[in-house]
Amino acid sequence: MSHTRHGRKPPRVGDHPLFRRSLIGIVLVLGALLILAPLIVIGVEAFRQGWQAYIATLAHPDTRHAIMMTVVTALIAVPVNTAFGIAAAWSITKFDFPGKRLLLVVIEIPFSVSPIVAGVAYLFVYGLQGLFGPWLDQHDIKILFALPGIVLASMFVTAPFVARELIPLMQAQGRDLEEAATSLGASGWRTFLAVTLPNIKWALLYGVVLCNARVMGEFGAVSIVSGNIRGQTNTLPLHIELLYHDYQAAGAFASASILAVIAVFTIIAKVALERRGAGRRKVLASPPASEGTRP
Amino acid sequence: MKIRLDNVIKTFDTFRAVHGVSLEIESGELVALLGPSGSGKTTILRMVAGLEYADGGHIHFGDQDATDIPVRNRGVGFVFQHYALFPHMTVAENIGFGMSVSKVKRSKAEIAARVRQLLALVRLDGLGDRFPGQISGGQRQRVALARALAVDPKVLLLDEPFGALDANVRHDLRRWLREIHQELGITTIFVTHDQEEALDLADRVVILKEGRIVQQGTPQEVCRDPRDPFVLKFLGDANRLTGEVRAGRAIAGGAEIAAPGVADGPAEIFARPRDLDWSESGPGVAATVTRVLDRPGERRVIALAGTGEPLEFDVEPERAIVAGEAGFVTLRRAKVFSLA
Amino acid sequence: MKRHVLPGLRLSLGLTLFYVGLIVVLPLAALAVKAASLGPADYWSIVSSPRAVASYRVTVLAALGATVFNLFFGLALAWVLTRYRFPGRRIVDAMVDLPFALPTAVAGISLTALFSVHGWFGAALAPLGISVAYTPLGILVAMTFTSLPFIVRTVQPVLEDLDPALEEAAQSLGGSDFTIFRKVILPLLSPALLAGTSLSFARSLGEFGAIIFIAGNQPMKTEITALLIFIRLEEYDYQAAAAIASVLLIAAFLMLAVTNALQARALRYTVKG
Repeated sequence: MSHTRHGRKPPRVGDHPLFRRSLIGIVLVLGALLILAPLIVIGVEAFRQGWQAYIATLAHPDTRHAIMMTVVTALIAVPVNTAFGIAAAWSITKFDFPGKRLLLVVIEIPFSVSPIVAGVAYLFVYGLQGLFGPWLDQHDIKILFALPGIVLASMFVTAPFVARELIPLMQAQGRDLEEAATSLGASGWRTFLAVTLPNIKWALLYGVVLCNARVMGEFGAVSIVSGNIRGQTNTLPLHIELLYHDYQAAGAFASASILAVIAVFTIIAKVALERRGAGRRKVLASPPASEGTRP
Repeated sequence: MKIRLDNVIKTFDTFRAVHGVSLEIESGELVALLGPSGSGKTTILRMVAGLEYADGGHIHFGDQDATDIPVRNRGVGFVFQHYALFPHMTVAENIGFGMSVSKVKRSKAEIAARVRQLLALVRLDGLGDRFPGQISGGQRQRVALARALAVDPKVLLLDEPFGALDANVRHDLRRWLREIHQELGITTIFVTHDQEEALDLADRVVILKEGRIVQQGTPQEVCRDPRDPFVLKFLGDANRLTGEVRAGRAIAGGAEIAAPGVADGPAEIFARPRDLDWSESGPGVAATVTRVLDRPGERRVIALAGTGEPLEFDVEPERAIVAGEAGFVTLRRAKVFSLA
Repeated sequence: MKRHVLPGLRLSLGLTLFYVGLIVVLPLAALAVKAASLGPADYWSIVSSPRAVASYRVTVLAALGATVFNLFFGLALAWVLTRYRFPGRRIVDAMVDLPFALPTAVAGISLTALFSVHGWFGAALAPLGISVAYTPLGILVAMTFTSLPFIVRTVQPVLEDLDPALEEAAQSLGGSDFTIFRKVILPLLSPALLAGTSLSFARSLGEFGAIIFIAGNQPMKTEITALLIFIRLEEYDYQAAAAIASVLLIAAFLMLAVTNALQARALRYTVKG
């Protein structure tokens, strides 16, 4: 036997070459069919009628208005959601109070609720047949079938995004640093800005990126509360549906390509942030709903 | 089972962990691989187990070349440093695991009976239904041992078996492991960085440094006749004096001691704290006491030699000695290594 | 309550409760009130109407199919990504998130384009007599796509953190690869698998955007529950919409409760005794 058998490792479970190769092969083929193909087909379909048609769709006033609606919605919903996420994480991880577990469960509810159910629920708050509808109508305040409704519905579906990134991290970091800072005389805000924020910034950004992607892409909830008024309350995803059902498939795919590009950038940002340590879930030793509670 | 390692080499990436180690372990022997971290001791143990493959050399189990036999066919029992008990199985299921997955089919009752027997052997009767997370560290250690013994291994391998335990638990388990070894007579190798543990427990101690064996022998041999300063220092506290050897006698300051067989010239003189003594008048190494530490059995004196070398030695509890006192340190016993 | 050292409890908790109350609790409560305002008989006749029941059936069956597929595929994907090194691994790892990042409407039209008779996959499947678009199979495909990352992303970190010594111990005790996987690795993954499965199933039950494009949306056949709610709204039948939406909501809560209970059971060995 030769003396150059460098780097040999005993096989771990599943290291049999045949098994290993077939499993990688199966996963790659299925992944290409299920994940990659839908992405590629968007590009192919978007340019089916050539560059000019593509540019024309994007330059159309309705498309531009839909893009604007989507951006404005994100510009309102994401910062508000971020502020909420920070407040929720601060109160839950830095203090003990009765009902904390329940609060954690409630924050995570939007994850398990269908966006359609969310949209319907908003109808029964702000719609004419809802709780505040008649009063709002009397005072001529428009929430449904207008921007506020779209923003509110987007906030519902993304409510847990920032909080769930921050809570496990801030839980793991404990309270020592903040307590030290306050004992040295720092104010609450200063403590947060100088001590807490530097430690959570990547996780925060990670939550913001995911939240933004969801806000820009939300369809079900928004389609109920927006009223789908072309050129007025259409966001980009709704605009896609409209074009698609108008038999303007190329236009729909052209609009979809914008969102697909945003999705790809979201993934790139996600990977970059994960390299900085964000988003790595702690071992799921506790059910997701109570992830932030200490035993 | 006799084990023979023949010029075994292991390299990780670019770091060579084991440099051509050759070692023979007799059937039924209890051997300690002793060394500081990075000395390659765990890597050697894992290669014997088949958890790592050697890059060069051979490992023989009896007459069989076991170098390339995977761990599951090697017939070794391995006790992991942090026990590696299956957290989702009860203690009894953990111990019975090896029997239940064995190619030799055993009935449930047979396995249960053997598990009970092993639980009794490791003195954990009645704890079979607990989960590993529900018992103490010392108990987990014994479960890990019972689990390894359950497959009737030809060789028992233990990686830092007491490393994660409290000092007092460690002491009890050490004695108990020795008893079990005597009872079962399985060839056993364990890895430790604790010289006291190795000397207490092993028939033979193999001392490693940077992937090489520096010395091996019975505890008596390595203690009484350390081959080099590393072994001597690793086995316990020692004072070091530089001096000179002339015609079979080592001289340091005013102290002098026989150094038979050491070549003339500059030398290092090592002496344990108990092997130095204190006298008010010479001859000896002139020194000043800096501190006296009182201990139950003796008084530890810390002194500074005139040459600037710090010295530590023990005197009887009754001896009156105070910091600031000047006097002479004499050598009662010492080990001399030539620096030439 | 003990005295708090850190400042900001009132502000942060106040803000949190206000937001959660306004954004999450109030609408769901309004929905519950609306559904409850129907008498039990009316409620029952709406939620048990043949069209509603048919929608539950197709939704649940397709969600089950998608979840079972993703259970195997997700586990295989997580395994391949954590245990093997191969060129392109990082790209595959990143691509797993695409179904989360891609808006559902975009996924919907793109899957439809792929699986329609003239699409890349549709054209390939047509000679085999399989049609996906505008059939229940299309619903399954859309659900599979949108819920694909859940199981991968819950299992992956657990698999990464699995102590290699456990596997080594099982090997040293003579276990074969299959036995070790079945008796050691799989049970340790099971809480994560359970969590991922439940998230995946819940997502599929509620999915709307990706499905409506590919489903064909024929009542009694390929009409999912979420779409039926939408249709009732368009018909201005708000009570029916509320009633059926409440069914989805109750299903979601039941899922949460069952998952938590199953997880507690799967993790009973971690309870100190």
